[in-house]
Amino acid sequence: MQQFVNLTLGGVITGAVYAAFALALVLIWRSTRIVNFAQGAMGAITTFIALSLIESGQSYWVGLVVALLAGLVLGAVVERLVIRPVEGGPELNAVIVTLGLFIAIQALISVLFGVNQRAFVAPFSTIGFRVGDFSLALSPNTLFTLGAVLLVMIGLTALFRFTRVGLAMRASAFGQEVARLLGVRVGRMLTLGWALAAVVGSLAGMLIAAEVTFVTPTYMDALIVFGFVAAVLGGLDSPIGAVVGGLLLGLALSYVRGYVGDELVGLAALVILVVVLLVRPGGLFSTTQIRRA
Amino acid sequence: MSDLHTPASPPGAGAASSDAPSTATAAANASSVQATGGRSLLPRNTLLRHLVVLVICAVGAVLLLESTDLGFNAQVGYVAFYAIAAGGLTVLTGLNGQISLGHGALMAVGGYTTALLLDAEEPLPLIVIFLAAVALTSLVGAIVGVAAARLHGPYLAGATLALAVGLPGLALYYNELLGGEQGLTVSSPDRPEWFTEIIRSLSGGSPSGVKWIAYISVACLLITYFLLANLMRSRVGRTWRAVRDQEVAAELAGINLGAWRVTAFIVSAAAAGLAGAVLALVVRLTAPTAFTIVLSLSLLTAIVIGGLGSLLGALIGSVLLVFLPRLLRDAGESLDMDAAQAAEISYVVYGVILVLVMLFAPAGLVGSVRLAWLKARARRAGARG
Repeated sequence: MQQFVNLTLGGVITGAVYAAFALALVLIWRSTRIVNFAQGAMGAITTFIALSLIESGQSYWVGLVVALLAGLVLGAVVERLVIRPVEGGPELNAVIVTLGLFIAIQALISVLFGVNQRAFVAPFSTIGFRVGDFSLALSPNTLFTLGAVLLVMIGLTALFRFTRVGLAMRASAFGQEVARLLGVRVGRMLTLGWALAAVVGSLAGMLIAAEVTFVTPTYMDALIVFGFVAAVLGGLDSPIGAVVGGLLLGLALSYVRGYVGDELVGLAALVILVVVLLVRPGGLFSTTQIRRA
Repeated sequence: MSDLHTPASPPGAGAASSDAPSTATAAANASSVQATGGRSLLPRNTLLRHLVVLVICAVGAVLLLESTDLGFNAQVGYVAFYAIAAGGLTVLTGLNGQISLGHGALMAVGGYTTALLLDAEEPLPLIVIFLAAVALTSLVGAIVGVAAARLHGPYLAGATLALAVGLPGLALYYNELLGGEQGLTVSSPDRPEWFTEIIRSLSGGSPSGVKWIAYISVACLLITYFLLANLMRSRVGRTWRAVRDQEVAAELAGINLGAWRVTAFIVSAAAAGLAGAVLALVVRLTAPTAFTIVLSLSLLTAIVIGGLGSLLGALIGSVLLVFLPRLLRDAGESLDMDAAQAAEISYVVYGVILVLVMLFAPAGLVGSVRLAWLKARARRAGARG
């Protein structure tokens, strides 16, 4: 029973991070019809920048702010320089460009920061709360993780629902030509979308690093797969779907990890992905019958 | 923000079939010599022409292996397994338009099969082992292909990426059989008496195990490329191109899209399986760390640099994969980096090259040269008449 409770708690927490990451993928997919396979590597490099600041004596919070700002700049630069030319072109070209970014950025981390594993100290205690002699997989730090993800989701929803910029971004995603005719600077909105997505990706990188307490240049490899599976699970077009998909995937993988074996988590994600794509390709939350898969 | 479900005209959606043939796969579209009316010393019959090229390449390979030292022979083995896998991938991506980031995992299937079978008390003949590796990988490829046939672009990339991340986990889970993190050491196959005789009569020296394996690798490479080249020029290749470029027209012409996509995946997986088998012999170790995402992405780099859909391009790309890292590692070490860091420089370069090629020359090396040649010829023809 204790194991079940803790696996469920762990699933919700990792699921929340998957959800944030999936949300970043969905943001980009909606506006540019591109899956950013470099998202994980981008989040990893900003986390490494933050980590070297923290190691040089700055506080965690300075590191966090710098990581998010670095993500903002990186996302905007990437969109403007290398994504803009392949937007709207053959889908294979865009996929290959993001994969190229993935290899380049991940290797750049090793070149700049070394290939060795490095400790990452969480901002809050990672010792679980106790109920009687029952140790929960819930610590002050996991509460911080959950809170941060929740905050991002509320912030993004508010941005898209209640601000002019959010409206303009939705318009550019919905119909580029019409939006442009009505005076929306579509190009700028796409850049902003990529920048925001990269901020969310960077946050996910910081949160997962604190959860696993160490980082290597490849520590986000699995997250890009799980984030993608979560996004497809909820339907790549639906932000709500991404969040629910992330939580469901987190729970499912947590049970696999606890009851079957840590080694098979990746394979379980693959099975879930294939089943979803074959049975309900639009995702659990698809309302239209149009299938893009 | 959940109130928008289907953007009216999503940029890029479906572009693969409406705007095709795209320049990215130009290398796969070049018509054969006789169709373009060019003069050539090679025979006009496709099979005969490929046989002549095969013999020339085989003679060239023997000369190359005999005139270089053992260190270089070992490098040739590396080029061979990269090139076999890249050849299979370029058929899948260039001719059939399906991307796969899972070929590293398929190579693992071939590699582990070879390692296990070679480890037996009395191992089967090498050719039987290789055929078993190819058969098993084709079977896995068929399963993946059935799922993949329904997917496009980013969905397919994501699903095969999940395969590349997930499948090596099996080696850790069944660590009794598959050796876990350490992997399996591959025992070298005995080299037969006739091989020793031939090499002695060729160069006078006694051959080593490295040389035997280099010859096996090159033989596998030449046979694979010969078969793939014939396939690409046949009805099968034309059908794959039709499925890639014009789904609707192909279906109207009676082509079963799904079945042909699965066939392409099986052929491609068979090549990956053979590549894995050769890798096991050349590297003498199959471990999960050898079949990471990076391997799959390196293969993609090779075929994109060379030109999607071109076997020559896949070979050029594979040569770069083996020799570029050595150059860059030396450069990195002269900049005071430790060896592991210096090794990563080559991946930075791969990534940057992938992006640059896609932005400025999506047809890759071979495709760009062909496009330029066709353009020049058209200009000449225009000036004449």
